[in-house]
Amino acid sequence: MNKVTVTIDNNRIEVEKGTTVYHAAKSIGIDIPALCYMNLEHLNIENCPGGCRICVVEIEGRCNLAPSCSTPCADGMVINTHSGRVMNARSTVLELLLSDHPKDCLVCAKSGDCDLQDLSVRLGIREIHAMENAEMSIYRKDSSPALNRDMDKCVMCRRCETICNKVQTVGALSAINRGFMSVVAPAFQQDLTDSPCVFCGQCVAVCPTGALTAVDHTPKILRALADPSKTVIVQTAPAVRAALGEEFGMEPGTLVTGKMVAALWRLGFDKVFDTDFAADLTIMEEGAELLDRITRHLAGDPTVRLPILTSCCPAWINFFEVYYPTMLDVPSTARSPQQMFGSIAKTYYAEKLGIDRTELVVVSVMPCLAKKYECQREEFIVDGNPDVDFAISTRELAALIKAYNINFGALPDEDFDTPLGESSGAGVIFGATGGVIEAAVRTAYEVYTGEKLASVEFHELRGFEGIRTATVDFNGTPINIGIAHQLGNARKLLDGMRSGMYNFHAIEIMACPGGCIGGAGQPFHHCDTDRIKARMEALYREDTRKSIRKSHENPDVLRLYEEFLGEPLSEKAHRLLHTHYFTREKFS
Amino acid sequence: MSTITLKDCQRDKIREVCAAFGNRPGELIGILHKIQDEMGYLPEEVQREVGRNLGIPVSRVYGVVSFYSFFSMTPKGRHPISVCMGTACYVRGAEKLVDEIKERLNISVGGVTPDGRFSLDCLRCVGACGLAPVMLVGEKVFGRLEPGQVGAILDGFDHP
Repeated sequence: MNKVTVTIDNNRIEVEKGTTVYHAAKSIGIDIPALCYMNLEHLNIENCPGGCRICVVEIEGRCNLAPSCSTPCADGMVINTHSGRVMNARSTVLELLLSDHPKDCLVCAKSGDCDLQDLSVRLGIREIHAMENAEMSIYRKDSSPALNRDMDKCVMCRRCETICNKVQTVGALSAINRGFMSVVAPAFQQDLTDSPCVFCGQCVAVCPTGALTAVDHTPKILRALADPSKTVIVQTAPAVRAALGEEFGMEPGTLVTGKMVAALWRLGFDKVFDTDFAADLTIMEEGAELLDRITRHLAGDPTVRLPILTSCCPAWINFFEVYYPTMLDVPSTARSPQQMFGSIAKTYYAEKLGIDRTELVVVSVMPCLAKKYECQREEFIVDGNPDVDFAISTRELAALIKAYNINFGALPDEDFDTPLGESSGAGVIFGATGGVIEAAVRTAYEVYTGEKLASVEFHELRGFEGIRTATVDFNGTPINIGIAHQLGNARKLLDGMRSGMYNFHAIEIMACPGGCIGGAGQPFHHCDTDRIKARMEALYREDTRKSIRKSHENPDVLRLYEEFLGEPLSEKAHRLLHTHYFTREKFS
Repeated sequence: MSTITLKDCQRDKIREVCAAFGNRPGELIGILHKIQDEMGYLPEEVQREVGRNLGIPVSRVYGVVSFYSFFSMTPKGRHPISVCMGTACYVRGAEKLVDEIKERLNISVGGVTPDGRFSLDCLRCVGACGLAPVMLVGEKVFGRLEPGQVGAILDGFDHP
C-alpha cells in the first residue's frame, strides 16, 4: 500500500504515502497559508520546523489542530482547511506574532514584499487584540557592508538558519536563547562582520519579514547622479536583464535588456555599459590561465595547481577564504567581471575621457548582495578611490525606476554604449550555473585546438542539479569539469576532490541557487523556484540571439588588448585584472 | 573578539574531552557538561575550541549554550549556590531565600562574590519538591529551609 486516500475540503483524493497534508492540499489547488514552512522545489531545500502554526488544519477525530506542513496524510483522514476553529486559530496565532512585531510597515524596507504583511492582508487582520501591554523583544541592530539585521522583526521561522547551515554550510547563524528571547544570530550575538558570514545574502532571499534586508545604496546613487562634477557610468550584470521585468509585473523569464538600458539612460547615467563586456574579458584572462595550467600539467610540470576554480562569485571567494585557507592558490586569480569592469573603467576609460578617476563614478547593477561587500574590499581601492563605487541590486534598480516615474513597460529597446557595452553570448550566460565554464570552454577549446567549434552550445554543462560533472573532448584531450551551485554543494565537490573521488581540470562554483539568476539581489522568488528556472532559460535564449557567441571574438575586448592591455596575462593585465586572496580562517 | 585566551593545557583538556566523546557533534551537550565541570564555565574561546574539535560552527555551540540555563558563560564561585524556583519551592518561600543570600553576599542572581567564593543562580526544580524550598551549594542539597538558616550554612563553606 503506497497510496492513501484522504478527503480535503470535501475533495476525495489519493496521494502517495508520506505526503503531507499541506502538499496534498496543494496538489488539488488548495493553497494553505504558511509562514515558517519553506519548500524550494528543484533545489531540494526544505525548512519545516512546524513552529509558526499558521498552516493548521482540522482533522476529524483528532482533538487538536494539526500543522499541515508536518502532518503526513493517513488513510481515511477527513481534513478541513478552513473550518471556524481553523480560521480562529490562524488569526489568533498571527495576532500573537504581530503583537511582538514592530508596526512600522509604512517605512519598512520589506514593505510590499513581506510574507508576514501579505498574510495579515490575507487573513484580514484589522486589530491585534493581544497588543495592549504586549511585551516586545528588542535586539541590537546589526549592519554589514551587504546585509542589515533587525531581529525585532524576526518571527523565528528559521528559514535563514536552514539556508545558512544546511544549504550554504556557512554556519554564521544559529537560533540562540530560549522562549521569548530566542532569536537567530551569529555566535555570541556578534556582528555579522565578525562571523564567518560570506554575504551570499540567501538568508535575505528567504526571510519572510524585514528582519534580514539588503544594504541600500540608492540614496548614494541619487546624490552622484545629481552632482554635475561627476561622470556617472553604470554596468549591468547578465542576470539582471532576465529578472528585472518581474518587478514590473512581467512574466518570469522575460528578457528586458533593451528596456533596462533605456531606463538607465532616463535615470541620467552618462554612459550605460554592460558587465557582460567584462565577463568576456574575464574569459580572456581566466581562459588563458586555464590553458596555461593545463598545458603545463600535460607537459609534466608538477608545480601546477589543478583544478582551476572560477573566481567570479564574491560569496564563493569569501567562503574559501574562511573554510579552505590552504587552497588559496587554487582558484583563478582573475578578478570578477564587476571588478574587471571597474578597474578598466577607472584606467582605460577615464584616460579616454581625459578625466581623473575621482571624477568618474562607477555604479554596478548586480543580482547579488556580496557584490556590495566585494567593491569595498581594500585591494580594489586605489588611493582611497574604489574601482566600483556603488553596487545596487536588481531590486534597487527597480525601485529607482519607479521613483523616477518611468513607465518601464512602455520603454523602447535601446542599446548599450561603446566601448564597454559590447558583449558576446558567452558573457550573457555567466548568470546561470555552468555558464562561466561553458563560456571558458568555448574560448579555451578554440585557442587550444586551433579549430573552430562546430557547435558553441555545451548542453552537458547546463542544468539545475546542485553538482554536475562532464568531460569535454578538446580534440583528443579529455578535460574534466565540475560544476556546483550553492555553497554546500561546493563544499561536497571540494571535499570529494580532496578525498580523490573526483579528478577535475576545472571547476565552476556559484554560491546562489541556479547561479546569479537566483542571487539575493534579484526580485524575491517567494519560494517559487520555477522563476529561477525561467530566468535561466531566458539567458540561454539571449545567448542564441547574439551574433557573437565567443568571448575571444568580441571586437571591443580585442581592441582593449590592442590599445591598452597587450595580451592576456600580460604584466598590465595582471596588475589591473587579477587579484590575490586572504585567509579569513579566524572567523571559522 | 575573544575575551580570554586559552592556555595550551586548557586547549588540550578540551581536545581530550571531545575525543573521549568520539568528537561526535551529537554529543555536544555531554561534552559541554564535562568541560563546564572541569573549568567552571564556558567562555567564548572554549566554545570556539569545542566547535573546531567537533567540526561544527561555533554559532551552533553557542546556540546550545545559550538555550540551556545550566550552561554558564560567566565564571562560577568555588561554591555555586542554586536556589530552586520551581513551583513547589516558590510557593514555600524560595524568593525569600534568594533575597537573604543576595543581601548577605551582596551579589545579584547570576553574580559571583569578589573573592570568588560563592556565586548565585536560580534554577527550575531539582526534583526534590518534598523538601521545598531547596537550595544547592555545589552538589550538596539543603531542604525545608528558612531564611534564618542560610547564614550558618554559608559560614560552613571555606573562607578565602
